[in-house]
Amino acid sequence: MTEAISKYWPLKRSGKRNRRKRALVFSGIAVALFLLLIASGFLIGQEGLRVNFDGAFSAPSLAHPFGTDWLGRDMFIRTVKGLALSFWVGLLAAFISAVIALLLSLLLLVNKTLDSLVTGLIDLFLAVPHIVSLILISFMLGGGLYGVVIAVALTHWPRLARLLRAEIMQIKNTEYIAVSRNLGKSWFWIAKHHILPHLIPQLAIGFILMFPHAILHEASITFLGFGLSSEQPAIGIILSEAMGYLSSGMWWLAVFPGLMLLLMVAVFDNLGRNLRKVFDPLKGQKQ
Amino acid sequence: MLKVNNISFGYHRDYWIFDEISLELKPGEVLGLYGSSGIGKTTFAKVVAGYLKADKGSIVVDGKTPLQKGRNPVQLIGQHPEKTINPRWLMKQVLKESGDFSAEFLQELGISQEWMQRYPSQLSGGELQRFCLARALVPETRYLIADEMTTMLDAITKAQIWETVLQLVEQHQLGMLVISHELSLLEKTCDRILDFQELSGGSSAF
Repeated sequence: MTEAISKYWPLKRSGKRNRRKRALVFSGIAVALFLLLIASGFLIGQEGLRVNFDGAFSAPSLAHPFGTDWLGRDMFIRTVKGLALSFWVGLLAAFISAVIALLLSLLLLVNKTLDSLVTGLIDLFLAVPHIVSLILISFMLGGGLYGVVIAVALTHWPRLARLLRAEIMQIKNTEYIAVSRNLGKSWFWIAKHHILPHLIPQLAIGFILMFPHAILHEASITFLGFGLSSEQPAIGIILSEAMGYLSSGMWWLAVFPGLMLLLMVAVFDNLGRNLRKVFDPLKGQKQ
Repeated sequence: MLKVNNISFGYHRDYWIFDEISLELKPGEVLGLYGSSGIGKTTFAKVVAGYLKADKGSIVVDGKTPLQKGRNPVQLIGQHPEKTINPRWLMKQVLKESGDFSAEFLQELGISQEWMQRYPSQLSGGELQRFCLARALVPETRYLIADEMTTMLDAITKAQIWETVLQLVEQHQLGMLVISHELSLLEKTCDRILDFQELSGGSSAF
């Protein structure tokens, strides 16, 4: 609707309605929210997590905005700590995943056999449901932070790798690469100077859009009991504990942490989409 | 001596784009190759310059076959300069890929210093073509293939560029193969003119 209107409304289109500017503002807000989350994860001490049976199962109040759990721990602090942990796990896993995707897709330049091997590997990983391979890898590595990060990193690269591979294939067949070859440049040189700069926008956006996936999958395998151990303040642990109290009316145990997780994932997804508008000239210049 | 021995190229097994073409190009010689549109002149140029691999026959440059590695002594200048330049690079990076060039040399080719800070999309086809020419004219280059090199230029620029190129060819004793469908241009610039159709066994189109 807005597109149809703005098409015949040239004077009002300038300034405020520019998508690129709006995308930049939203990205700024998202980044600020994350910085706030990380900072509060560091700054909030352990006092609120002390066991206090007198204050167990209190409903949300001013003293405890998210209520308290069966040990009297403040749910707000647990949630913030859990989200901060999820953030770091997501960051690490998404980063490793992006590096794997980049390296494997660059094998296209080395030779055809390696490339078809990579294509086969991508198909193999995409054919198995994510959660199954996640559980298998995490369980094999004995769970914990280490197991979760490795499992998430090893299962999230195929989509990005496929995208990058297609992009490399397109660039590889351009005439300026042929000229570069004829000028005696090695494939390594070409990858570094011609191909990598072309891939950076795709890589950055792929990395950020991988983030919400990584966080959700971390939470879900922890919820299922294959991930982080129960003494760590993870959202998955909070949610699986809350399951037992839902029927007795302790709704705040699940609702607030769940909402916060949803919010975080939504903000990340939004950040990725907005950055795509900023990086992609075709989408960004469309007003 | 650039020797092309009976090369054939085709995308299908029993249909050759061109079949069994041979020619010889001496250093310092400007050889014209004439042919009408669509008979495989550009494909031939790409095969000789090593962009495509011939299905049959061989190309021998100064007694040896050019290797896949290292700089090819045969350089091609095509008809679409905008395609042969990375759109994300500044023009100075484009030149840097090939080597360092002196300001006088660039001035000879009509390249202005202020273009160095521009992107390819900010220059015209003729301006880009000068960069392609400069990039190809390094000391290691022994043979130059100009495939419709100046088709996109106006008459004055065309004359200027050819004058410079022919001068450089003589100065460095390069062998040059000029491919065009424009007979008048070939008659003006070349020592010897061959007909592409005749070379590949057909009747003359002169």
